[in-house]
Amino acid sequence: MADATMSNVLKKSGKEIYANWSRDLAATAANSKGRMPAAELEQQSAEFIKLLTAASEHASSSDISAPEFKPLREFLEGVSRSRVAQGFSSDETASFIFSLKKPFFAALRADAGKDADALADQVWRATELLDALGLHTIKTYQKSREDVINRQQREMLELSTPVVKLWDGILALPMIGTLDSARTQVVMENLLQKVVETGAQIAILDITGEPTVDTLVAQHLLKTVTALRLMGAECIISGVRPQIAQTIVHLGVDLQGVTTKANLADALALALKRTGSTSLKA
Amino acid sequence: MEKIPILRMGEFLLVTIQIDMHDQLALKLQDDLSNAIQKNASKGVLIDISSLEMVDSFIGRMVADITGIGKILGAETILVGMQPAVAITLVELGLSLPGVATALNVERGMALLRRKIDADGADVGSH
Repeated sequence: MADATMSNVLKKSGKEIYANWSRDLAATAANSKGRMPAAELEQQSAEFIKLLTAASEHASSSDISAPEFKPLREFLEGVSRSRVAQGFSSDETASFIFSLKKPFFAALRADAGKDADALADQVWRATELLDALGLHTIKTYQKSREDVINRQQREMLELSTPVVKLWDGILALPMIGTLDSARTQVVMENLLQKVVETGAQIAILDITGEPTVDTLVAQHLLKTVTALRLMGAECIISGVRPQIAQTIVHLGVDLQGVTTKANLADALALALKRTGSTSLKA
Repeated sequence: MEKIPILRMGEFLLVTIQIDMHDQLALKLQDDLSNAIQKNASKGVLIDISSLEMVDSFIGRMVADITGIGKILGAETILVGMQPAVAITLVELGLSLPGVATALNVERGMALLRRKIDADGADVGSH
């Protein structure tokens, strides 16, 4: 059986493959700016060969989703996660696996001797297996990267929505970055909750840090204003830049009934006047 | 049968919704309130919904209707103490309740009501 040859080769000349492979890896690792200690790399490659030998011994096919390959898959997932953390690029990560081909094929060749058919067959099987393992590593690498991005997005969401108290009964919310539905939801909930906690009468939404305002963003802003009004608080939108004012008018967004000001200072002055006058009257 | 109490405070009526409204109850409240405004010749109505934690489109519309009815019967109606979650839900449902006066809590609502009545009274006096 063909796979038996492969595992036999691995068992027989595993040491040699490992030696050649580590030499190749060490040569490439010299370019990797010392992000990873040589000992760790050696340990990883030794472990990989050990697991590959074990897996190919028991496996009946080169399908890496088979249970025999589970420890190998898990090991590769661990490797690619640590590569992400160490700042390796995806091709550097993948070439860790692919660089095994050269010494492995050499060993297969030595084993097959003059039998060209058998050698071609072996090489094909080995390529198939190593490619699958390499792709699996890339897949995990990408997933780990996406996890990092998702986490950062979540953190940004929390960072960018601080509600500050400007004056007695006046809250301000400086909005930074593009407003999408998810962010608006967080902004709205934060602001409304703070209004309840502090009993504020006026909330100022400052959109100076808002790069663009399209119809969707405008709609989100209007929703926030309406929700505030329903709760019995007033809302002033400040920091409307000239370009944004033009965009809003060109888009035909109806901001009737919403007080807008060019900057936060004007908005605060208006808010002070409004709260001041109400408290005088009451 | 359960019933939402309508309290009379001088020329104002105070309605505090402290249980989850269901449709029947909302209809009954609408009935009771319009009768009470008529009977007491009330000038203002304060509807406190600070304990209301859930609304659907029907209850949202009932709340809007009740305030509308109050207005037609000549009483200033103010909705007070809406919870953030309720406000968000209403906005998402597209019920922005235009023309409904709101206040953060009963105290503010009462002050606003007093101010509105005084302003109306001044108008009448000046004519």
